[in-house]
Amino acid sequence: MNLNLVLLIPLLTAAAVLFCKGLKQVRIVSFTGAVIQLILSFVLLYGYWQERSSGNNDAFLFEYNYVWYAPLHINYHIGVDGISVAMILLTAFIVLTGVLVSWKMPAHTTEGEKQSKEFFFLLLFLGVGAYGFFISLDLFTLFFFLELAVIPKYLLIGIWGSGKKEYSAMKLALMLMGGSALVFVGLAGLFFNTHTGDGSHTFDILQIAQMHIPVAVQKLFFPFVFIGFGIFGALFPFHTWVPDGHSSAPTAASMFLAGISMKLGGYGCLRVATYLMPDAAQQYSWIIIVLSCIAILYGAFATMMQTDLKYINAYSSVSHCGFVLLGIGMLTKTAITGAVMQMVSHGLMTALFFACIGMIYDRTHTRQMARLGGLLKVMPFISTVFVIVALCSLGLPGLSGFVAEVTIFMGSWEHSGAFYKITTIIACASIVVTAVYILRAVGKAIMGPLASKEFSLLHDADWNEKLAAGLLTIGIIAIGIAPFWLDRLVGPGADAIMKNITNVVIAK
Amino acid sequence: MWNEYLQLMKAELMVTIILFILLFLKLGKKERETVPLLHFINILLLLNFISGFLYNAEGTLFGDMFHTSKLLSLEKNILNLGTLIISLQSFQWLKTHKHIPEFYMLLLATLLGMFFMLSSNNLLMFYLGLELSTIPLAALANFDLDKKISSEAAMKLIISSAFSSGLLLFGISMLYGTTGTLNYHELSQQLSGSPLQILSFVMFVAGFGFKFSAIPFHLWTADVYEGSPVAVTSYLSVVSKGAILFVFVSVLYQAFQNIAGVWYNLLFIISVITMTIGNLFALRQQNMKRFLAFSSISQVGFILIGITGQSPEGSASVIYFVLIYVFSNLGAFGVVSLVSAVTARENIDDYKSFYKNNRALSWILAISLFSLAGIPPTAGFFGKFFLLLAGAGTSHISGEQVNYLLITVAALNMVISLYYYLRIIRAMFMDGNDHPIDKVKASLLPNISFIICIGGVLLIGFAGGIYEYIYSLVK
Repeated sequence: MNLNLVLLIPLLTAAAVLFCKGLKQVRIVSFTGAVIQLILSFVLLYGYWQERSSGNNDAFLFEYNYVWYAPLHINYHIGVDGISVAMILLTAFIVLTGVLVSWKMPAHTTEGEKQSKEFFFLLLFLGVGAYGFFISLDLFTLFFFLELAVIPKYLLIGIWGSGKKEYSAMKLALMLMGGSALVFVGLAGLFFNTHTGDGSHTFDILQIAQMHIPVAVQKLFFPFVFIGFGIFGALFPFHTWVPDGHSSAPTAASMFLAGISMKLGGYGCLRVATYLMPDAAQQYSWIIIVLSCIAILYGAFATMMQTDLKYINAYSSVSHCGFVLLGIGMLTKTAITGAVMQMVSHGLMTALFFACIGMIYDRTHTRQMARLGGLLKVMPFISTVFVIVALCSLGLPGLSGFVAEVTIFMGSWEHSGAFYKITTIIACASIVVTAVYILRAVGKAIMGPLASKEFSLLHDADWNEKLAAGLLTIGIIAIGIAPFWLDRLVGPGADAIMKNITNVVIAK
Repeated sequence: MWNEYLQLMKAELMVTIILFILLFLKLGKKERETVPLLHFINILLLLNFISGFLYNAEGTLFGDMFHTSKLLSLEKNILNLGTLIISLQSFQWLKTHKHIPEFYMLLLATLLGMFFMLSSNNLLMFYLGLELSTIPLAALANFDLDKKISSEAAMKLIISSAFSSGLLLFGISMLYGTTGTLNYHELSQQLSGSPLQILSFVMFVAGFGFKFSAIPFHLWTADVYEGSPVAVTSYLSVVSKGAILFVFVSVLYQAFQNIAGVWYNLLFIISVITMTIGNLFALRQQNMKRFLAFSSISQVGFILIGITGQSPEGSASVIYFVLIYVFSNLGAFGVVSLVSAVTARENIDDYKSFYKNNRALSWILAISLFSLAGIPPTAGFFGKFFLLLAGAGTSHISGEQVNYLLITVAALNMVISLYYYLRIIRAMFMDGNDHPIDKVKASLLPNISFIICIGGVLLIGFAGGIYEYIYSLVK
């Protein structure tokens, strides 16, 4: 299978939107494109399994290498392993559901009809950045796609957002660009310390992984890369863009932010920082663990204080993304697998959560918990999905959140030191706090008597909303009751990363 | 013999021919229809640009005073392209202007000066070209005769450029005193780094610094940019600056290669100051032209990073960046020029809700600004990336840490610069305004220029061949 299609089809979809007239055409084109993307990602999954089961044990499959800038040793090099395939699947899900959720454009925008072209274009273009990022095997290509995904977010939030949207959009853009500036320095540092056979440098991830970068260099540049990507992935204390950005964004953009953008950070930490600089990852792992524990606890406690549903979900994202970084910091195969599972699970779950909140907001025009109540009676579908996703968030067995978190905890427990045990216990303890705020939100907004008489006139989800919510729910449940397929998909990728790390340990 | 002259001086001769055609047009008849005249001139400029690709030869003339090569032809053609785009964009402004042939004669005279400057192989020749290129610029800055602010701008320009030329000439004379030659090749062999030579080199850099407005030699920039007609401002900030930078790179890399250790540190400090202060000033600007002036100052800081690279990558990335800069900066200036010509509004606040009535123009301005800020997929991203990579790549002169320090500062500066570029985006797309600018109708020629600019900005980055071609010429 030609991997370029994964990039080309989203790009064509986005370009095709530009030539449409009116909302109807735009959304049909976007929908068709998004469906093709989803099908394509399943084809990719199938192809990947075919290759693996036929005994192909290369670290990366479907590679394609094109010399882009020969004098600077920059290539357009793409390929996938299990981790990338999982992330591409996630992206395809989010793109399709994001398009479905914004079927009528963000409700409060006055000129919705007129600007639909730009809105859908930016949404799909953001998807292009994510797809490209997940398939890149060249640091330049990777960086290109990382930055590609920043500005559409700024415009989406700034133009179609709500609340203090300009502030949030600017904060998000500057913090993410700051992150990518750090990443850039780290990448340049890596580049100039690689030595290929003919005395030149390389950006190629596969080649760098084979080389041994001097430990001093790793120790210098690991923080740049990790913090840089960490800003994308809500690393404490650089998470402050998350709550503002998420809550100001229109529904689809929130879904993209939480479902895809934050995953760019986690994936980058894994693929670039940990994979290419294993020595430094070993040495700094305790710092990562401490920071992610703080993020997990801080995020959970901060959520308790929120009254706005979107803020609740945004802060809980900080907490949940803390688990991703915790898994990466633990540096065992199980924990890394868990981290990737958590990325996928959190992506689906948060997207669904935001979709539900968006649907509720579109109807009731409020997101304040105090003003909501008894929605189960008037919109049973939305409310049911809301409850499912809430239970997923607090880690109910049978749903994806549980699987991912348990895998991370098991992985952390493989370490014998007291430090690891204590941090794991602390992280586990956050689940109790999660239960408090999740159950409170469900109790206040969904259960109980109807908060206002006007609510009784509200209608339940439309077909597009039902389809979006249904797809994401299926995803959550599929991971929850049959986690082995995701585990088998991600396992070899995590293995390859671990091999680099254990080599270091043996060498010592 | 004649053939040789014709071929080697082709670029210069083409510009001279156009100059004379315009002169005869002016002499021939008192009053002319402006629109056909402008179309005609633009066609001439287009022909000039196309001819820049054909029959490019290499060689020297006039006893090694003048030389040309494929690289120089390319650089000249980049300037040709810039001039053509500016000419297309100033259509709206010139349409009602009485002195069209004069405008173009002055413009082409400066262009001719730049060509001679680029092709010079001798500091004296270089100085001649420089003067030919700067003096008509002052007249151009004052081209809106009834505007007081324009005369002020012209006065500032002529005084500051005369001063900087003086400095430059002083430096050149001291160089001549210590080495006994003005030829680049001989200079490069004679330079030993004695204190007097270094002093003269400092004068030299100061003179150049004035011309491409590096900090601390930037004080004239914002006022001149604000006062001049937009077409002249864009010419100053793109074509004139580009030419000076081309010459600066080639002089440093050829004539002053021996004392690279000296100028590495000098440029390092200047580039950091230029980026940072340029950015900080740009944060507070209210006038669009002043804003673009400071943004172009900080861009020079980035270009200087590439020059510190002292490698083929360094000079290739500078030329590549200037090429991209032509497209992105002229895209931005084009919109400002059009809006200024039609509505006479130039403040950032005037651009609030610009998107409401002018959707296409807003996107053009936005994409150009993204390119200036270095956001993919625009070409500016590639340009900046390569500049920084080239700047970080010098390890043979100073310790490796220093290089990373430079690009770290630069990368953080990119974040600052993003803030003020996004400020414009925010004003256009997000802020409300009671009196937004009405629909601005662009004629054919400005539209063509926008297509060229946006096409360049969006496509150049993906064509790796362009950089490779420049690199092969530089090597």
